[in-house]
Amino acid sequence: MIEFRSVTKQFPDGTVAVKSFDLVIPPRKTTVLVGSSGCGKTTLLRMINRMIDPTSGSILIDGEDTSTLAPVKLRRRIGYVMQNSGLLPHRKVIDNVATVPILNGVPKKEARAHALDLLDTVGLDRSLADKYPRQLSGGQQQRVGVARGLAADPNILLMDEPFGAVDPIVRAELQQETIRLQDGLGKTVVFVTHDIDEAFLLGHQVVILQKGGHIAQVGTPAEILANPADDFVASFVGADKGKRVLRIERVDGQDVVVDENGTPTGVLRP
Amino acid sequence: MNFVVEGFGWIFDPANIGGPQGWIARLLEQLSYTFGAVAIGAVIAIPLGYLVGHTGRGRDIAVSLSGGLRALPSLGVLILIGLGLGIGFKAPLITFVILAIPPILAGAYSGFEAVDRKTIDAARAVGMTEWQVITQVEVPLGLPLLIGGIRSGVLQVVATATLAGYISGGALGVFIFEGTSTRNYAETLGASILVTALALALEGIFALVQRLVVPRGVVAKEATDLRPRSSRPQPVMGIPIHEGK
Amino acid sequence: MKWVGSNLDLVWELIVAHVGLSVPPIIIGFLLSIPLGWVANRFRISRGVILLVLGLLYTIPSLPLFIFMPLILGTNQLSSANVVVGLTIYAIALMVRSSADGLASVDDDILQAASAMGYSAWQRFWRVELPLSGPVLLAGLRVVSASTVSLATIGSVIGVTSLGYLFINGFQRNIPAEVITGIVATLLVAVVFDLLLVLLGRVLLPWNARDRTSSRQARRQAVLLAEGVS
Repeated sequence: MIEFRSVTKQFPDGTVAVKSFDLVIPPRKTTVLVGSSGCGKTTLLRMINRMIDPTSGSILIDGEDTSTLAPVKLRRRIGYVMQNSGLLPHRKVIDNVATVPILNGVPKKEARAHALDLLDTVGLDRSLADKYPRQLSGGQQQRVGVARGLAADPNILLMDEPFGAVDPIVRAELQQETIRLQDGLGKTVVFVTHDIDEAFLLGHQVVILQKGGHIAQVGTPAEILANPADDFVASFVGADKGKRVLRIERVDGQDVVVDENGTPTGVLRP
Repeated sequence: MNFVVEGFGWIFDPANIGGPQGWIARLLEQLSYTFGAVAIGAVIAIPLGYLVGHTGRGRDIAVSLSGGLRALPSLGVLILIGLGLGIGFKAPLITFVILAIPPILAGAYSGFEAVDRKTIDAARAVGMTEWQVITQVEVPLGLPLLIGGIRSGVLQVVATATLAGYISGGALGVFIFEGTSTRNYAETLGASILVTALALALEGIFALVQRLVVPRGVVAKEATDLRPRSSRPQPVMGIPIHEGK
Repeated sequence: MKWVGSNLDLVWELIVAHVGLSVPPIIIGFLLSIPLGWVANRFRISRGVILLVLGLLYTIPSLPLFIFMPLILGTNQLSSANVVVGLTIYAIALMVRSSADGLASVDDDILQAASAMGYSAWQRFWRVELPLSGPVLLAGLRVVSASTVSLATIGSVIGVTSLGYLFINGFQRNIPAEVITGIVATLLVAVVFDLLLVLLGRVLLPWNARDRTSSRQARRQAVLLAEGVS
């Protein structure tokens, strides 16, 4: 469990990225922080592994205040996946995946063997192990990034817009892969995105943020859709544009679901 | 410190200043070599560099040329040409022209290349002819880098022109070699101080000129960014120049 | 060719002396340029000061610089230390910008990722930043190497033995073949150094070997930098 307790972050240039932010992130579930740029979502994420330290307030992981933990050690037990994968271009794929275990003192041979297994886990062919990152496609690189995030078998996995830079088809693939992985592994995943569809797809708990890290609404996707807290949320999730307001029309004895404009989006099956 | 005093003593000794054998005359010779060689070099290198920069062809050759010429010992070239043409000012001048060409060439073509492709596209899109693209877009925008190259050429030649004295070509090196052979360290040192001062003065003047001619739109951006560097020229004083002096 | 044939011993001796003069400046210049480049990148003020001072040092013509050296170092006027230290100063002046550029060329995303994975600052520098600056450092070092080998010939003018001896002696005795031998031998030393550096790069930077464009880009950048147009 990760807990934010009235966390405030003001950067040296004066901008307040996050102001008295409170949130409980439940264990073994995926929590998605979603909002437009400047809402402080990445700042919040990076405060969890102390890439950024809060100006005031505290962040607790399983009841332990992170400010009492050494940042470097803390980071080695939290997985991190970022946009553009952030792979080390001078290390082969296998060594990239094995990086954190080796930093943690696991013997190289063992770490590499485990890294090979992880390639399977994220759906990559083992033959890619000896390639350098730039020889891989964007989607493959992102999978390596996920494997690297999982390598130290962390309880927590932070994902910072990990699929922001890949094309829509690969993106959909990676999203499904993430769901499959999470079903199997049951990590505490904190996921940052600006895409509400992605948030609803992946999140058990979705946190909609406004400027300055102000929480507009927290809930399951269904709760948010059913009861948007205010106009901002309604407009952010698209409830006011008719995309999410569907109705059923009877066509040739079938229940066809159409949106507000009458465009058919699917068929209702009993 | 004694020597330094003696060196300055030599410089300020009235007997060494004026007249055809005085250091003012020698300094003017050094400057003549410098600007003469750079002018000739520019006439050759600028059109060539513009051609490379505009067409994008021969770039790798130009790079290899600059990289390779760096290893060419200018003293050796000077003496070899001197043995061929005889002593005097011709051999040094030719050597210095060879020396001045690579930086000016590099300044010319890299100046063109530094111009944003989108800007050139836009210039064509509004209906500029190829010639207008060159004269109204590439030349003015490439100017800062060209001047950087010319500055490099000047500094390199002014430094190397000291060697002309070795084959009786005049300039300030005359005193250095004379002092070395007659064991007159004050003379050697005095002339060395003069050469250094001349190089530093030219460096300062060029840094100033470069700052003045850079189009305003180009400077504005640079002053702010430090780490994410653009491919744009940066008029920083004290850019290392080519060797061979 | 006839001249070379009858003077092989001399030429070989001079090549050895020349290598002895040029290798220390290249290595010392490289080693010192890295902390200086790092400091130059760290703060805006230190960057300005370091680049300005080194730029001015580089502006000092080599012959006068060698002549000033005994005054600064307290060495004998004929000591080879004058040339070695002078060349080292040039090497640093030329290399620091490459080092600073090399360190700055490392993608910030990668550095962030390295920190996020739990590299300490020290580990991150040695295992990520420095190796990733490799291609740019190598390109800079190649330019420094060529430059140093060529400049070492000037040492002969003030009595420090190098291949430049062949120029001086050839001029005094009016033997063009001797001067040509000196030029060719100097170029040869420079080419051998260059090949060794490229080879070293292949061994130390295997990840970069397949990326010809980035190496070529780095080479171009280094050459332009040295020509003062970057």
